[in-house]
Amino acid sequence: MYDLAIIGAGVVGCCLAYECSRYNLKVLLLEKENDVSLGASRANTAIIHGGYDPDPDTLMGQMNVPGAYLTMDRVETLDVEFIKTGSLIVGFDEKDAQVIQEKYEKGLINGVKGMEILNGDEARDREPQLSPEVTIALWVPDSGVINPWEFTLAHAEVAVREGVDLKLNHEVTGIDWQEDHYLVHTPEESFAARYVANCAGIHADEIHSMVAEPAFKIEATRGQYYVLDRAVGEIIKSVIFPCPNALTKGILVAPTVHGNILVGPDAERIDDKENTSTTAAGLSHVAQNASRCVPGLNLRSNIRNYAGVRANSDYGDFFLKIVAPHFLDIAAIKSPGLTCAPVLAQEAVKLLQGEGLVYTPKAEWDGTRKVVRFKEIPEEDRAAFIADHPDYGRVICRCETITEGEIVAALKRGLPVVSLDGVKRRTGTGMGRCQGGFCGPRIVEILCRETGISPEAITQDKAGSYILCGPTKSEVQEEERA
Amino acid sequence: MKKDLKREMICIVCPRGCHLQVDEESLKVTGNCCEKGAAYGRNELTHPTRVVCSTVKLVSDQLCRCPVKTDHAVAKDKIMDVMAVLNQIQVHAPVHIGQVLCGNIAGTGANLVATRNIDH
Amino acid sequence: MKHVPRAANLPEHLANYPEYELIVVGGGPAGLAAAVGAYQAGLRKILIVERDTFLGGILNQCIHNGFGLHHFGEELTGPEYASRFIDQLEGTTIETALDTMVLSINNTDAWRYIHMMSKAEGYQVLRTKALVLAMGCRERTRMQIQIPGSRAAGIINAGQAQQFVNLEGHMVGKRVIILGSGDIGLIMARRLTLEGAKVVACVELMPYSGGLMRNIVQCLQDYDIPLYLSHTITDIRGKYRVEGVTVQAVDEHFKPIPGTEVDYEVDTVLLSVGLIPENELSRAAGVQIDPHTSGPSVYENGETSEKGIFACGNVLHVHDLVDYVTEEALAAGQAAATFVKQEIRGSETPNEQNRIEPGQQLTSSLIALKTDDHIAYTVPQHIRLDKLVEMDKNVRIFFRVRQNYPEPTRVVFRDGQGKQIAAFKRPYMAPGEMENVSLPMTLLKQMSGQELKLSVEEIA
Repeated sequence: MYDLAIIGAGVVGCCLAYECSRYNLKVLLLEKENDVSLGASRANTAIIHGGYDPDPDTLMGQMNVPGAYLTMDRVETLDVEFIKTGSLIVGFDEKDAQVIQEKYEKGLINGVKGMEILNGDEARDREPQLSPEVTIALWVPDSGVINPWEFTLAHAEVAVREGVDLKLNHEVTGIDWQEDHYLVHTPEESFAARYVANCAGIHADEIHSMVAEPAFKIEATRGQYYVLDRAVGEIIKSVIFPCPNALTKGILVAPTVHGNILVGPDAERIDDKENTSTTAAGLSHVAQNASRCVPGLNLRSNIRNYAGVRANSDYGDFFLKIVAPHFLDIAAIKSPGLTCAPVLAQEAVKLLQGEGLVYTPKAEWDGTRKVVRFKEIPEEDRAAFIADHPDYGRVICRCETITEGEIVAALKRGLPVVSLDGVKRRTGTGMGRCQGGFCGPRIVEILCRETGISPEAITQDKAGSYILCGPTKSEVQEEERA
Repeated sequence: MKKDLKREMICIVCPRGCHLQVDEESLKVTGNCCEKGAAYGRNELTHPTRVVCSTVKLVSDQLCRCPVKTDHAVAKDKIMDVMAVLNQIQVHAPVHIGQVLCGNIAGTGANLVATRNIDH
Repeated sequence: MKHVPRAANLPEHLANYPEYELIVVGGGPAGLAAAVGAYQAGLRKILIVERDTFLGGILNQCIHNGFGLHHFGEELTGPEYASRFIDQLEGTTIETALDTMVLSINNTDAWRYIHMMSKAEGYQVLRTKALVLAMGCRERTRMQIQIPGSRAAGIINAGQAQQFVNLEGHMVGKRVIILGSGDIGLIMARRLTLEGAKVVACVELMPYSGGLMRNIVQCLQDYDIPLYLSHTITDIRGKYRVEGVTVQAVDEHFKPIPGTEVDYEVDTVLLSVGLIPENELSRAAGVQIDPHTSGPSVYENGETSEKGIFACGNVLHVHDLVDYVTEEALAAGQAAATFVKQEIRGSETPNEQNRIEPGQQLTSSLIALKTDDHIAYTVPQHIRLDKLVEMDKNVRIFFRVRQNYPEPTRVVFRDGQGKQIAAFKRPYMAPGEMENVSLPMTLLKQMSGQELKLSVEEIA
């Protein structure tokens, strides 16, 4: 019997698992995919928001600022890639100036520190590449860009190390209340748990409906992005948002923790919640609006497009409620959900306690994580480090200078890895301009060697995305030819 | 009226890729830059041949496949027969370039030879 | 971007640098020939640094034949061609560092400093008089050609497929469509067919093929694989693995023509959409890059804008024949040897006089090669006439045209006054096939001005 079953290993579920691992609780983390962080937590804008945007009378407004500060603290504890870049919301006319003034006032109520309203020239002093047509801007210093999937993974890795049971490839298909506990069903097996937390992201309304009357509807919204080559350089240092207007929310331009430039997203309601395809129309919308704030932007240096699906809803705020006995929804987590996830997890624990979940802190708990990144080792220390750790002397990903040592270490951090994208999310391999062209075969080799799985079982990404279909010269192919 | 029976083809003897015309009756070749091209053109009409390049299974510390080729061009319609035979071959390192791995493969008269040196 | 620290700032404990006359970055066909060329020209302290665990580079996975007709006068497979050079290293003093990655290059006046590392030897800093860049190229990816669609697996670059199939012995798909008609794609169409896959079609956006004609014949036509020119893939379907694609004809502006959609059921899309010289290391070392080739801008002897740094092979411009890589690399190796000897002699090098600094006036013997709209690029980009005279050599000019020329034409060199310096007849030219001409030094001496323009002209 588990004390708590968490459904969904996205950023919210993993933050909750991390939070619960502090206590003497038997916790189960269920995920339908073959890795954590495969929903909205992996394909988003990767921004830790400052907190000027959400309405003060929403959970979003109340949690944003504490969420940003807790996240900035957590990235230190968990050694997650983060850059405190600050953000600029830029405007072009009187209307925009009005909106910016409103945002500023909202920010003050929400507790945002250090905001400044700048005129066009002051904004361009900060960001020389800004459009000459920018006349006003809001500067929000306490915000930044994060590696969102690493943030999620890091919480999961620590949680698992500290005793949480993670079950991947387990899709919840039904939940039954059994007098004092739930039976959570998956096609593989059923799990008994006294409490359940629904962190199912874009599927949270479906999970909710397994135990309660519908209360909200997830409106899956797809956004598409461009990632530009690092060679573009530091065209901007901070996150640049165009001032939203009636017509469009605008396309933002942001640096990434890996030194690339991110451009996007558009927003498109979609019926298939899992549809992360990019489309010609969506990408061209992004492209057409991309250079409004930063005219020098050159999308020809694009190295990758992606689409993410955000869990928008008809509810208009985070849905954080006990909706059935012992059953907590942490649902409708749209932007600024990534920023708020650690705080949401803390609040969730309090709500579960109010619902009767009794817990005591563990005598010993280590909530930290440390990662070696070869690129970050100072040049003068590299010789000594590699002498002690020869695996870090072999470069596997040329574009991003990721070493074998980093890959092997990532595979040993407690979470099973079966995909090239899983290695990519953990180490950054294949993120560069060749997009895995060179390192793919070598990572397949390392994955097989370290985990014992066969080459055919290795996937690009989710289950079913196989890369190889058997050895050459096999008997099977002989038959096919005949 | 007599039809002009000329087959157009591109010579594959070298990367130059001459555009050949081969008379189907007299086998006279035009458009070629060298004698090899003329021979290719005639051959291509009467009995086209190709060198087959592939790999065979290899037992070695370094690699799991050894590249191979037929030491002569084989009849085009025998290519898949050659593949069927070489797919069953397994060799052990060391292997050296030119080493015959299968004589008279699939009855073509050509030998299958290794094309890479693999020491251990 | 982070600036590479100059060698002068290096920590003390690394200050005891192993020294070389020549370090070659890359042990593929270009690197091997450059080292051999330098050795033949008298250098002895030579090191080849190769990131893979064996020499030969991409030739190891090019198991098909067709290499070496020019250079060796016989048809060899890739591994055989490579072994001809690997065997030449035997008994020489040329050293090799395998499984070793060069991380950065710092250029100073007297020395080039190489930061490299490997599992076996750890992190090292070496220094050399001359350096040859021979890192080759990489494949353009799906993202660089902007095919929207799903994130499904099964979209794979032809070269990577070649590595999986030929070196690792894995099949990459059962029903395959090929996008792009570059040579590697054509070669893989045949290769995958031989290994039991069904290749349904090869689709090319341009109205002409990007590969050699001989490969269209022996890789596609031999196996009844259709080639659709002026077509492209407009949709890729499949949630986890590719399940199908839509192919459409395109108009002269490369826009898909409605109503021409044809669907194919495939599990694999093989991309053969071009190669890009891999010059991250060169750029970081300060080497000037020609936007037309994406490779270093070089002089007649392969020397780049940075002193003592030479470039050859696919890192310089993408070749379609390894024989020309060899020729170019042998010459670059020899030029590097000449450079080293002059440096060691301590005499003022003639190179220095003609080095172009940004904004500097060109000296009288420096010729800049220009092209008309029909020619994509030339290599070299600059010729130092006095160097040619000194070496008593003609200069080989490589170039590519931008469109098909099915009928005979002339390529003409004209000086700034429009005077014809040299003309060469070409029976047939295509963008997929690199052209070259040998420009006699004696003719170059007759030109006036400092600009030499290469153009395609009709035969009068």
